[in-house]
Amino acid sequence: MTTAVLGAALSSPADLIALKKRALQALESGCTRLVVCGGTGCTSNGSRQVLDALNAELAARGVPLVADLLEEHPDGAVRAGFGGCSGFCEVGPIVRVFPANFFYVRVRPQDAAAIVERTVLNGEPVEHLLFSDEATGERFATRDEIPFYREQAGVVLADCGVIEPEDIRQYIAHEGYRALASCLFGMTPEDVVREVTDAGLRGRGGGGFPTGRKWELTRRSEASKKYIICNADEGDPGAFMDRSILEGNPHAVLEGMAIAGYAVGADEGYIYCRAEYPLAVQRLRVAIRQAEEARLLGERILGSSFDFRIHIKEGAGAFVCGEETALISSIEGRRGMPSPKPPFPAQSGLFGMPTVVNNVETLANVPRIILNGAGWFRSVGVPSSPGTKVFALTGDVVNTGLIEVPMGATLKDVVFKIGGGIRNGRKFKTVQIGGPSGGCLTEEHLDLALDYDSLRSVGAMVGSGGLVVMDDSTCMVEVARFFMQFTQSESCGKCVLCREGTRRMLEILEKITSGRGTVDDVGLLEEVAIAVRDGSLCGLGKTAPNPVLSTLRYFRDEYLAHVVDGVCPAGACQAFRHYSIDPEKCKGCTLCAKKCPVGAISGELKQPHTIDPQTCVRCGVCLDVCRLGAVVA
Amino acid sequence: MTQAVAVREPAQDAAGRRFERIQQLVEEYGASRSALIPILQKAQEEYRYLPEEILTFIATALDLPPSTVFGVATFYAQFSLEPVGKYVIKVCDGTACHVRKNQALISSLRSRLGLKEGQKTTPDMRYTLEIVSCIGACALAPAVVINDRVYGQMTADKMKAVLDEIERVEAAAAGDGKEEQ
Amino acid sequence: MTPTVIIDGTPVPVNGHRNLLELIRSSGVELPTFCYCSDLSVYGACRMCVVEVEGRGLQTACSTPPEDGMVVRTTTEATQRIRKMALELLLANHQGQCQTCDRNMRCRLQALADRLGVRRVRFEAPADRETQLDEGVALVRDPAKCILCGDCVRMCSEVQGIGVLDFAGRGSNVRVTPAFGRSIDEVECVYCGQCAAICPTGAITVRSAIDEVWKAIHDPARTVVVQIAPAVRAALAQHYGIAGGEHALGKTVTALRRIGFDRVFDTSFAADLTTVEEGAEFLRRRASGGPLPMFTSCCPAWVKYAEQFQPDLLGQLSTCRSPQQMFGALARKHLPADMGILPEDLYVVSVMPCSAKKFEAARPEFAQDGRPDVDAVLTTQELIRMIDQAGLKPAELPAGALDLPFGFKTGAGVLFGASGGVAEAVLRLLSGGRGRVEFREVRGLNGLKEAELEQDGRPVRVGVVSGFGNARALLEEIRAGLKSFDLVEVMACPGGCVGGAGQPWPADTGMRRERAEMLYDCDAVQPLHNAADNPFVSDCLERIGGSDRHAAHSLLHTGYRPRRRIDGQVIELDEKPPAARVPVSVCIGTNCYLRGSYDTLKRLMEAARREGLEEAFDFQATFCFENCKASPNVRVGEEIHGGVTPEEADEFFRSRLLPLADGRSCAAARE
Repeated sequence: MTTAVLGAALSSPADLIALKKRALQALESGCTRLVVCGGTGCTSNGSRQVLDALNAELAARGVPLVADLLEEHPDGAVRAGFGGCSGFCEVGPIVRVFPANFFYVRVRPQDAAAIVERTVLNGEPVEHLLFSDEATGERFATRDEIPFYREQAGVVLADCGVIEPEDIRQYIAHEGYRALASCLFGMTPEDVVREVTDAGLRGRGGGGFPTGRKWELTRRSEASKKYIICNADEGDPGAFMDRSILEGNPHAVLEGMAIAGYAVGADEGYIYCRAEYPLAVQRLRVAIRQAEEARLLGERILGSSFDFRIHIKEGAGAFVCGEETALISSIEGRRGMPSPKPPFPAQSGLFGMPTVVNNVETLANVPRIILNGAGWFRSVGVPSSPGTKVFALTGDVVNTGLIEVPMGATLKDVVFKIGGGIRNGRKFKTVQIGGPSGGCLTEEHLDLALDYDSLRSVGAMVGSGGLVVMDDSTCMVEVARFFMQFTQSESCGKCVLCREGTRRMLEILEKITSGRGTVDDVGLLEEVAIAVRDGSLCGLGKTAPNPVLSTLRYFRDEYLAHVVDGVCPAGACQAFRHYSIDPEKCKGCTLCAKKCPVGAISGELKQPHTIDPQTCVRCGVCLDVCRLGAVVA
Repeated sequence: MTQAVAVREPAQDAAGRRFERIQQLVEEYGASRSALIPILQKAQEEYRYLPEEILTFIATALDLPPSTVFGVATFYAQFSLEPVGKYVIKVCDGTACHVRKNQALISSLRSRLGLKEGQKTTPDMRYTLEIVSCIGACALAPAVVINDRVYGQMTADKMKAVLDEIERVEAAAAGDGKEEQ
Repeated sequence: MTPTVIIDGTPVPVNGHRNLLELIRSSGVELPTFCYCSDLSVYGACRMCVVEVEGRGLQTACSTPPEDGMVVRTTTEATQRIRKMALELLLANHQGQCQTCDRNMRCRLQALADRLGVRRVRFEAPADRETQLDEGVALVRDPAKCILCGDCVRMCSEVQGIGVLDFAGRGSNVRVTPAFGRSIDEVECVYCGQCAAICPTGAITVRSAIDEVWKAIHDPARTVVVQIAPAVRAALAQHYGIAGGEHALGKTVTALRRIGFDRVFDTSFAADLTTVEEGAEFLRRRASGGPLPMFTSCCPAWVKYAEQFQPDLLGQLSTCRSPQQMFGALARKHLPADMGILPEDLYVVSVMPCSAKKFEAARPEFAQDGRPDVDAVLTTQELIRMIDQAGLKPAELPAGALDLPFGFKTGAGVLFGASGGVAEAVLRLLSGGRGRVEFREVRGLNGLKEAELEQDGRPVRVGVVSGFGNARALLEEIRAGLKSFDLVEVMACPGGCVGGAGQPWPADTGMRRERAEMLYDCDAVQPLHNAADNPFVSDCLERIGGSDRHAAHSLLHTGYRPRRRIDGQVIELDEKPPAARVPVSVCIGTNCYLRGSYDTLKRLMEAARREGLEEAFDFQATFCFENCKASPNVRVGEEIHGGVTPEEADEFFRSRLLPLADGRSCAAARE
């Protein structure tokens, strides 16, 4: 697609509305649309080849292709293009068909012929590409019938996977930039702040700070220059909601930033995006260019007197830059080390000027709030936490992927209805929520509402929204160790408690998981954790001990089992395991020796094999592959 | 696995051109402090790592102390101050990948590449192995990135196939080189 | 109503304090901190100053502005617990070896651990701690003792504007280091030592010369003489609780004699000599049209700073040696004969408030046949330690007299120890006044001071700066034509030598002010106040040359050279340079870069390409040939060519490079 998608800039709200009408009509009734998922997950599963195959097949069958949505095209013409992430990455590559609303999963290039033949030419679904429930074998034709989606709510992700993110007109067709137009031509900045305040929108990046209050503080700060920063430094391991929004619907974020800019009096914005997200950066670049060409960004937006420019800053790999003061340091070209607050960014932020820092998902909510009103937003979710939340559901759950649910949905709904329960028939043990800053939830929390305050009351947090489900083979001490290893290596090293404290907590956790821990170590661990929580400089440090404190709270007996009884109850800690081969049962098939990643198993063909304990890394592969049960753990 | 592996070749032209590019970057981004990180990112694309003298040159051009540039370059995980291999293999160590047992993958990679503890790059400069924080491909766990291409749901077997393919490509390229001579 | 904060139940008026920490300290609570210093930006990293603020919970006092009605508690269960844990964590990672540490008993970490009652460290000693000692000519870094408070980093960048040190790495790998982990002597450090002065532990210290000096004293063949710098006496008076700098000096003289020094002299004498020489130099320059302003050169850190960062100004620095080095040269020339000893047996020691003087004494310019004029430099702290080691108590000793001739000074010579002192001494000389003419405009702790004097119907405009941050700002203003001076005094340390890195702790603003005032009192008690009136100075000048200016000049004056920033860096511009190529290096160091050397390089390479001669040359970009006056510089083979501006590049290529290339390519063609 060329970048000059519009032909002419939009110089008034009327121009925007006219374009919207044309685009919507073209999108909904003009042609059959095949939207191939172009998110990171599906592209790495080969969705680009799928799109190429579809286009080749369409051409071969003489089906007229729609090169440009708004151009005249014959009846029966088809548009095939890249859409954003639909969330269900595990079953990708995903192809969606509109207007029939078919939802195809695990599509391979060789499926192109069937799709063109049956769906494009005959309007029928391709049965074997439909999602089927593994347990019941039931097939579902459309997205909304699939259990994974049935319980979800679509606000932020509604357009992801439906529109093509590299075509601004498709966003405009779906009411895009109409909220900005309403602000510029019908609302004062105070009105806009009030609407967001009334909606009760809270920061989706972790802290849950009221967005309206942040804006109001910044609006009131007197300064010659103000900035809006979109925090797209999504670094929590196990979280990828921001990436999917940026890849699937970048304009929603740009529009949210422009509205924020109008509300607080800023004319410049930065998107600070993780370097690990090259596709998101590329989509943003295209989106900014198109919006500038359309005069939806830049000078005198839509003919108003409001100017707003957006720059992209790519991060360079530092989790701590998700903390707003560290992020600001990083944009300024410094080491990304947080600084004490006050002063808050709203008073003195980027280059010393008042600055709003909002996360991607927060900003993507803003246009919807302006369009539909605070009352509508409050009707979703719970009173203290209105709206929806996007979670990344991963781990030992049947259906993994990105989900959007109303705030206050219960853990049970998420894990069992949407997630389809635990994989491999194992037992649910815990959900780790909020990544390395969060905590764990157990069976007793299955009816807990997922919202800011309920989660905080049990020592967990929404965080950026990572939900990692773990089954009963998971050792909670090992989980705490894993997260501590992460925060320890991502600590910026500035403040004593976080730098030294995370290192010492990791040391103690390693000691315990390797079988050298004592009861005193558990006490010291808790003492350090509390000091780090209470005394660290920034949010990362203050929340770094959460995985430890939360596992100590709910699984203290597992810690004690390691240090008192010398066992890992889940059987997960390698140090407590020892692998050997029962020479009676071993038939010398050599399979285990072939699969051993470190070559620790030796033996002649058809002779019993042995494991060298020195070389063995206790990964358990031999145990998994042996069909005779000869490997003993 | 038959898909070709994306290889970013080191700049083939003379080192002088690469150095010229650094000065172009300074002009393009402006000699201000906030341009430091983008300039370092692009400089690393040119050189594939950040040599000391290039950091000193950037410090000179931006009127910053070399220690400050060194401080920034060592803060961010993206920057390498040592040369890296032709193929940079990044194994994601995010929660989802960890939960789905990426450790076996890592140990098999280490043993296949013959890397000792603390060693990142093979002596022939062909491979660099990095354990990286979450790349956001959690639904595809365990995930591996080789020179910007994401491989999902990796196993030791799949990894072996990918490396075999790289070796085949490399052997073929070496063969071509000989014929030319 | 004045704004008031309730601290531990007591209302305390805010009184303009910028943060809770200063306010709390003003209320009599010695709140602990490692990383807060009133002269530096707020860092908030050590967490020692946490307090509980009602409604806000735990906050670091250093980063919290006082607000009316705030209720603050400084000692609660939580604040004590956090402070103790922070200390325990720091101690666990600190390879202190306290008893043998240079800062033993004067270490803030040690003192706070004791005060707050940390009685055990429950963590294992780290195996991965950086332990490499970096011993430089004047400063010693011991990273294993660093607690990463960042005071040195901010001192070097915020106050001195240099930034030799910065943090590197992340998380538990964070360290404070010069660029690329180089040693301190390989980079652009000017040795002002303010980093060592502010370091709360023994992670950066001034290199000690105590053992060498004891060795010389114990060597019966040696005759050991010592000079004492002006600022030292003020610190001694404070340290020993003796009223008056001269009185303290007198008692110290007795102590030094008892230790075994054979002669004790006053650097203030050499300062008088410097004033006379520098005044004459100034008048010569003024008469012959410059270059002006003339910059003083007494401060060795400033000299190195200029060499390192302001090479184009080197011609404007006074060529006078510093008082320390004038003394050293005179001592070598005259004392052996006067004392009837062999020249090689004379051992010259100086006691300085300064770390950079150690570097200065080691400069090759100040050595004859490899023997430095000044053998060893002790700091004030080292002197105090030697006196302690000898078990002497100066306060209880009678005052002794300094030896002649280098022990007699005017009050002007003593002023050198405070910022503005050199300027005032020269102003007195130029004014020709006989009494104690005071120039109060150049006194005090302001970063920049200015004064003016009529001389021969023309004004002499004098500028005085201390601290390199201030110096850099002033130089920029001078360059931009916003300020104009005839004479500029530059001192590295805020407040001048009284605040030098060799002085005892603490080196805060109050101590600096007190020391400076003491020096002005020392001036007041002298019989003479104008260096020109010092009879021994006149005798001395007569003796070293009489009318022979050359002899005096070679003894009392010196020269300067530009220095490269970091040793040994070259950017290769060709992949594999064959030996047959002509090596061509273009400097891209700061000075040359600013004068377009990058474009010079580009044009030379383009010219080579145009002529099809890329193969003939091996182009390199390199840092600094230490020939900055003539920048941009190009080195061809071993020869350095200056002034190769981008405009000159084509001509340079034609006239200098082409002939060399022709030979090569012909040779290549023949083969």
